[in-house]
Amino acid sequence: MKFAIAVFSPAHAPSSRRALRFAEAVLAGGHEIARLFFYQDGVHSASANIVAPQDELDVAAQWRAFVSDHRLDAVVCIAAALRRGVLDDTEANRYQRPAVNLPMPWELSGLGQLHEAAQLADRLVCFGGD
Amino acid sequence: MAKSLLIISRQAPWSGPSAREALDIALAGGAFDLPLGMLFLDDGVFQLAAAQQPDAVQQKNLAANLQALPMFGVEELFACGHSLARRGLDNDALSLPVEVLDNAALTALIARFDQVVTL
Repeated sequence: MKFAIAVFSPAHAPSSRRALRFAEAVLAGGHEIARLFFYQDGVHSASANIVAPQDELDVAAQWRAFVSDHRLDAVVCIAAALRRGVLDDTEANRYQRPAVNLPMPWELSGLGQLHEAAQLADRLVCFGGD
Repeated sequence: MAKSLLIISRQAPWSGPSAREALDIALAGGAFDLPLGMLFLDDGVFQLAAAQQPDAVQQKNLAANLQALPMFGVEELFACGHSLARRGLDNDALSLPVEVLDNAALTALIARFDQVVTL
């Protein structure tokens, strides 16, 4: 089965961790992820600037590794990201901001990508709240 | 056939970007001619209150953007009757032409759509 997975919460929220565990289980079960889409505070789950305490789970780093290892299509909503200071190199230059916190493997794009993923997938599964 | 999507908007217009971000999903989908519905639930019904003055708290008015929904082809607009009543909002004085639903109709509505996003 093909899944589109939307994440609406930051890396420190339990729902971001649950989304990651769900996504891992999707692949482990032999299913496919059509796209991961990060929206609202979910854009923080993609931030490369998160520093987790040494003895705590680093969910943002795990997301990054998961996306890279499986070469997944992982889109961060550009409007939601700009509003929250999650910027790739192009946007940091465009708005003359001092830091880039969205290097590869993420792609900044628009909400059309969420709709396209929902149409391509058999299931759209969203993770938000706590 | 395209899958239908119901967007459930649950936040008041003054409580952060959630209301606007739910609306943005609807407007983006409308631009692609997708079969969409929007349901205002819980504090989300405050988005429908008429004569709001968001400039008093230095916010932009969401009402004008909400009015764009039918123009973007999003004509299936609903509000939860229970949520409206609990917040003292008058069903006949709302800023959008929504269909007000009771709890049984809400259940049927959510079941009718292929996919649901709640913000």
